[in-house]
Amino acid sequence: MAKTLSPATSPTAELAAARPQRVRVKRGIPWGRIAAWAAMGLLLFVSLFPFFWMIRTALSTNADLVTGSQSYVPDNPTLLNIKQALGLASTEELTKAGTLTSADVNFFTALRNSVIVCTLITIGQLAFCSMAAYAFARLKFPGRDKLFFAFLTAMMIPPIFTLIPNFVLIKNLGWLNTFPGIVAPFFLMTPFAVFFLRQFFLGISKEVEEAAVLDGASRWKIFRQLILPMSAAPLATLGVLTYITSWHEYMWPLVTGDSEHVRVLTVALNAFKSSTPTTAPPWAPLMAATLLASIPLIVLFLAMAKRMVDAIGFSGIK
Amino acid sequence: MATTAVGRSVRVRPKAKPRGLRISAETRTAWLFLLPSLIGFLVFYAYPALRGFYLSFTDFDLLRNSGSWVGIDNYKALLQDALFWNALGITVKYVIINIGIQTVLALGIAVLMHRLTQSVVVRSIMLIPWLIPNAVLALLWMWMLDPNLGIVNHWLDSIGIGSQGFFGSESQVIPTIAGINIWKNMGYTALLLFGGLVMIPRSFYEAASLDGASEWRMFRTITLPLLRPVLALVLVVTVIGSFQVFDTIQIATAGIGGGNPGGPGNASRVLYMYIFQQAFEFNALGYASALAVALIMLLVIVAAIQLRMLRAGESDLA
Repeated sequence: MAKTLSPATSPTAELAAARPQRVRVKRGIPWGRIAAWAAMGLLLFVSLFPFFWMIRTALSTNADLVTGSQSYVPDNPTLLNIKQALGLASTEELTKAGTLTSADVNFFTALRNSVIVCTLITIGQLAFCSMAAYAFARLKFPGRDKLFFAFLTAMMIPPIFTLIPNFVLIKNLGWLNTFPGIVAPFFLMTPFAVFFLRQFFLGISKEVEEAAVLDGASRWKIFRQLILPMSAAPLATLGVLTYITSWHEYMWPLVTGDSEHVRVLTVALNAFKSSTPTTAPPWAPLMAATLLASIPLIVLFLAMAKRMVDAIGFSGIK
Repeated sequence: MATTAVGRSVRVRPKAKPRGLRISAETRTAWLFLLPSLIGFLVFYAYPALRGFYLSFTDFDLLRNSGSWVGIDNYKALLQDALFWNALGITVKYVIINIGIQTVLALGIAVLMHRLTQSVVVRSIMLIPWLIPNAVLALLWMWMLDPNLGIVNHWLDSIGIGSQGFFGSESQVIPTIAGINIWKNMGYTALLLFGGLVMIPRSFYEAASLDGASEWRMFRTITLPLLRPVLALVLVVTVIGSFQVFDTIQIATAGIGGGNPGGPGNASRVLYMYIFQQAFEFNALGYASALAVALIMLLVIVAAIQLRMLRAGESDLA
């Protein structure tokens, strides 16, 4: 305390302005920063612990769980739950483990279905929304701004409102419980994807493009050979975002594709839950199933974490 | 009559044709670029939106796959429907808890991400809960909050608070679901706000800290006023999203082994849940559409009030 100079006693005003900052660093224990780091640490712990618990439960035997064991590592580590979730465990094994369910939920099929649905949606959206975004960003035509505004308005409509008529449409087309039915409403466009890419295309310099126009290149050629290669990064970001949101989709695939051969993971998880006995539910295989449903997303995210994190911060401003 | 109509159209056409030709090259290219997503927009957004309004004036039944015009009967019934008012009240309660806590937490996290550490690792970890499908998170939290075997109740027991009912308790079910979704979305919302924070010139903070301003003072006099436009947009988006809570409730409140979601009693039958049940359990698509129209009107009013209160159009960044 005696060593620190308070601004009031310093000889000149200029020095006084610079000093408090330096003095505060010297003072020793920065309680504010410690508290802030503690808060951050707590937040990180809270964000991650449930996933640790998911893994720990998935690797435990169900017998250990029902006795109420809360140990932080599995008492008797096992891979049986993972095998059960993947449909690889035999009935004898499951009866012995006490985790036999009334319906067989095959996660291989569900995983395959999710991959098919999400891949189709992502490819369709990237292709068609980038074309639309290019038209909105670069081409002049009557009604452009009105149409773009209509696209934006569609973003504000709660999905359940259009879900009901869309369901009637898919039903009348006879597409219930088919991949086209599950994919259709998302395949050609979402307003967000058009909006996201248009925002990026607007930022590309026009000069290169104008030179190409003078050389007689068609718009299609410019789009394919100039714009798309220059937009690899935002296309990849949007692709991952689209893949993740399609993987999350629950209500639409629940009403249009609940039969086993097209059932996606989110719907299959609920079916698995519903097929389990109410007394002594098989939490271990259930957690193994949730783990399997999460891993693809985590892997996808880790590959692109930095770009994704930046893109989300960016989209908030616009 | 018929001849004059033909004659008139013939007379008009030559006038319109050259104008169409003059702008056609670029316009035609533009419409070709737009074609796929325009089809998607018309078939899966515009048409169902109009059809949704139409359905709300019919008694369309899913099993009969037909319905006839009933005027405003659905809306009259809606005003008399105790379950609708119950759902509305529960939804509003959920939104207030969810948005109130989530926004404050996200703002705190965003400031920590901005002022304490700009580490990508920290931001990525905070995003992980958002990455995982609601269907997975619902199951994970059912397990963690299980009345007998859940780790959370184990902790509460060991510090003397005692086990809580969570999903099984009428008074706790909505706060529990709000809590799960706060946990899921706080990192994502923080990233959106972080996008606004990095726009604030660093020099403002440097100048303030030279003047000896505390972090809290800088937050109040620099961060909050300058972040207001972004905060307003983020609030509008998150509130609209919050009104659409469904997946977590549909899965977690049905209990293990598959029961009726929306309980205990009607304690978690939010608007989305009620619309979904009217449409796909009671097959009353007409009435469900009327409920969805009511939800849209509610969202429009809420968004308008928010934008006005937060004066979102104005920015303090002169």
